[in-house]
Amino acid sequence: MTTEAQAAPLISLRGIHFAYPGGAPILKNLDFDLFPGERVGLVAPNGSGKTTLFHVIMGLLKPTRGTITLFGQPVATEADFAATRRRIGLLFQDADDQLFSPTVLEDVAFGPLNLGKDREEAVAVAQKTLARLGLSGFEDRVTFRLSGGEKRLVSLATILAMEPEVLLLDEPTTGLDDHTRHTLTHVIGELDLAYVLISHNARFLSRTADRTYSMEDGRILLDEEVHFHEHVHAHRHGQVPHRHD
Amino acid sequence: MIAETMAQGHSLLHRIDPRLRVLAAAFFSCAVAVFQTFTALSAACLAALVLLLVPGLNFRETGRRLMVVVWFLLLLWCLLPLTYEGAIAAKIGVVSIYWPGVRLSAQITLKSLAIIAVFTTLVATIPVNTLGQSLARLGVPAKLVYLLLMCYRYIFVIEQEYHRLVAAMKIRGFRPRTNLHTYRSYAYLIGMLFVRAATRADRVYQAMRCRGFDGRFHSLATFPPHPANQWFALAAAFAMILLVGLEWMD
Repeated sequence: MTTEAQAAPLISLRGIHFAYPGGAPILKNLDFDLFPGERVGLVAPNGSGKTTLFHVIMGLLKPTRGTITLFGQPVATEADFAATRRRIGLLFQDADDQLFSPTVLEDVAFGPLNLGKDREEAVAVAQKTLARLGLSGFEDRVTFRLSGGEKRLVSLATILAMEPEVLLLDEPTTGLDDHTRHTLTHVIGELDLAYVLISHNARFLSRTADRTYSMEDGRILLDEEVHFHEHVHAHRHGQVPHRHD
Repeated sequence: MIAETMAQGHSLLHRIDPRLRVLAAAFFSCAVAVFQTFTALSAACLAALVLLLVPGLNFRETGRRLMVVVWFLLLLWCLLPLTYEGAIAAKIGVVSIYWPGVRLSAQITLKSLAIIAVFTTLVATIPVNTLGQSLARLGVPAKLVYLLLMCYRYIFVIEQEYHRLVAAMKIRGFRPRTNLHTYRSYAYLIGMLFVRAATRADRVYQAMRCRGFDGRFHSLATFPPHPANQWFALAAAFAMILLVGLEWMD
């Protein structure tokens, strides 16, 4: 913790306000820091502004007030954000938004090509990233014919191929089956990157996040009290899938 | 979902550089569209139909595609000879059949069949993605190419959204009838599809910007050389010269 505290934050938000046109403010005086190596989970009810927060960090949405500092540099204009976007990987909620190229290889190579790599380098990076996610052999698959889980993994590959320094993962496990979720948990757990993870899945967060924040009233709160744990207990009809409130 | 049935294949045609095929089909179609003489038109139509016989093509599928045009042509044959007035060719009771109408119908028939046959064999055998890349390499503006590719990519997503919306209407007991409620509901459905397509486009664009998109597209496509390319180019050029020559001589 001491080393983290001394290092400069990768992402630093101060006093961020944001409201959608004609709507109530969704982010109010929000402060947030992400330090190198931090793995943060974000749990909050729907509509509390988690996705908005990610889009503000990426510069896709402009906050009405507040300052954003990324990698030690204040960012405000589109040009500032264009430079920092390549260092932050945002995984969108809907993989169909992310995968627009005809084939998997082209989609994964899209980012590296935009970063100025030539064809051979881009293909090499794409293939390496696919192999890392267990997706070797997917190169020529057509993106819209992939299954939901495959789409999610390929989306992650498109992000990782840009070799970002920070990841913002927006509900990466929603709608995935157990097997794909397991692969994803494993892949994310192995990453040597700082990341912020939005999820409603407590078990997934317990395995991938070191600390958890929640959002309330447009602000981020450290959720030190929340500790995810599993416990075994016995009662009737225990074999039927159920949940305890 | 659009199944690219014609594009899955391993005939000799499939291996020829798609750029050459697109160019050949384009030149052929333009020429045939302006041809007037029946010698040139018949020769072009014959040549195009012979192309259909190239081994490895799906006959049933090509036949099915040609039939679509044939129905349209039949309609023309029913109307034009009776309405395009000029010298009378025959008289059945009070109905007259005119020569110019017959002539025009025959020209349209030959032209349509020739162009459809050539496009079915040369262009429909290219997967849409490759087609886009070949068009880009041929110098078609990048915006047009990506309009084609993005349409193709997202038409399925929009179709799925359409089916979800229709299902949502059905489970709430919607049955189309001839009344205002039905028209209004369909209008909402179409409006909602447009709204969703637009927000989808916004999100896709945002995702692209997040990956460093600056308005320029880079393509990974390569077109490996194949010995058949030169033969195809020669044959296509020869056929074109022959056809134009036939048109000129008449």
